[in-house]
Amino acid sequence: MNSSFKFRKFKNIFFMSLFALSSLFVLIPLFLIFKYVFMMGATSLNFDFFTQLPMPVGEDGGGMKHAIWGTLTMVGIAASVAVPLGLFCGIYLSEFDKSPLANALRFCIDLLTGVPSIVIGIFAYILVVVPFKSFSALAGSFALGIIILPILTRSTEEILKLVPAHMKEAALALGMPRWKVIYYIVVRSNLSALITGMMLALSRAAGETAPLLFTAFGTRFLSFDLQSPMASLPVQIYTYAISPFDDWQRQAWAGAFVLIILVLGLNLLSRCLINYKAIIDFFKKGSP
Amino acid sequence: MKKTPLISFRLQDKLNYSFLSLIALLIIALLIVMITLLFREAYPAVEQFGWGFITDSYWDPAADEYGGLAFLFGTVVTASIAVFLAAPVSISIALFINEILPAKIGKVLGLFVEMIAAIPSIVFGLWGLFFLAPWVNTTLTPFLKSTLGFLPLFQGPSFGIGILTASMILGLMIIPTISSICKEVFKTIPAHQKEAALALGATRYEMLRLSVIGPSFSGIIGASALGLGRALGETMAVAMVIGNSPQITSSLFAPAATMASIIANEYAEADSELHISALCFVAVLLFFVTFIINFMARTIVWKNERRLKSRG
Repeated sequence: MNSSFKFRKFKNIFFMSLFALSSLFVLIPLFLIFKYVFMMGATSLNFDFFTQLPMPVGEDGGGMKHAIWGTLTMVGIAASVAVPLGLFCGIYLSEFDKSPLANALRFCIDLLTGVPSIVIGIFAYILVVVPFKSFSALAGSFALGIIILPILTRSTEEILKLVPAHMKEAALALGMPRWKVIYYIVVRSNLSALITGMMLALSRAAGETAPLLFTAFGTRFLSFDLQSPMASLPVQIYTYAISPFDDWQRQAWAGAFVLIILVLGLNLLSRCLINYKAIIDFFKKGSP
Repeated sequence: MKKTPLISFRLQDKLNYSFLSLIALLIIALLIVMITLLFREAYPAVEQFGWGFITDSYWDPAADEYGGLAFLFGTVVTASIAVFLAAPVSISIALFINEILPAKIGKVLGLFVEMIAAIPSIVFGLWGLFFLAPWVNTTLTPFLKSTLGFLPLFQGPSFGIGILTASMILGLMIIPTISSICKEVFKTIPAHQKEAALALGATRYEMLRLSVIGPSFSGIIGASALGLGRALGETMAVAMVIGNSPQITSSLFAPAATMASIIANEYAEADSELHISALCFVAVLLFFVTFIINFMARTIVWKNERRLKSRG
């Protein structure tokens, strides 16, 4: 009896330490990735990186100004279409969730979330690149928009579902039409959470490479022409990383450094936004 | 002084509803168009090769001969090994955060795990290519060869890049997916169930096994399946470290190719009609495999949640 109890105790400690160890399995690679990206990136980053275009093959130096602008442009265009659509879809799913159309939409959004991003790239290629007969920034933005849409719809639906029913009922009882309740009460009271969801979706799109490989393709020049190929940070990192030139590999690390700052920065900023709201609420109400 | 609105409230609501419905219809139409176009583009290859495409592994763009078995093999093997590596770690992390750590520290650890999901896959690829692959080549491979070398899995030459490296990167990438769903699943366990186990004299580990892991077993399977779905579709990180040679081998050190990586590598340069069509066929296969896995996973997670809720 006593020995079995000791064995059970031992098993308990053994598994508890196993659980603790497993978190190390995650933290160590994460730490290593950050260490290398920051080490390699910070040492290879210079001012030229932001202000120069790539040099001809074989010459050292140059930067990724065109790729930074390209990423910002394409994510911006994608967001300007996909964000309103995603918000409206999320509102529809949370406010009219019993209708058969909502079920069909939810199924489609689930399906879209699971579609590999490379398949979305092929779709944008067939739909935009083939008819225009050229790789174009428009096709890239289209692909990024399809990435943003399901993520944003999901987060919007989840956020708006948390609005307590009595708030809506109070507004309806005062004689407000339903659409005003939706946009003035439900959406407005959750604006900061919705913005967080939007920023998370955008940060996801900014880091995507696969859908841009054969839609926006990439150039070596600064271009704002939506009908022609446009460079982007992730694709530029990819081309430089698999190249045999040392200087290009150095720039790939610098690019990864900038990209991770951009993406994680957006991500953390949006998370802080939530916490900031919670802090403000705490002081206003005096209780959590 | 009552001001009558220009159009009645009822009509306003109807307008709003039809506007939202229109957008919903638009998205559904987009998806239908997407699937139809993908099929239309893949049709020449389907017509030419039929089922042989899935059973044949001969892929030669120069001769216009295409068979996709090697990619199917590469995708399934890398994704399965990734889940095999990631699932135990993710489940332990979820338990560690939810049940053992104090709430505040758990939250910080959770944030770190979530951070992995935020890192772009190209950065994983870059790191994998320049640091993980050399490490696998110089440290892990000799170790595995000397301890488990009698298995055919761990024989043959190693170049650093290959199935093993790709699976490790994939495993790392899907840990946040699996662990966050596991956390959700574990949260639905009612507290009295845990307290009952503790009151009967169970140790903490026994309590976790009996009243947390046991009842949420199907939820854990669902979470792992969702991770599998994510691993199947992952492109860039895999394309950079797998070596991209369409072959079927028993060695984990050998380079291979996955469905996503072959599309990423060859699509932009494909010039023959049949080559593009064959790549689209690969994309259709990938689409269906991920769809089925995701659908099953969601059903399992959802059913598990409902069962636990009705019980609690």
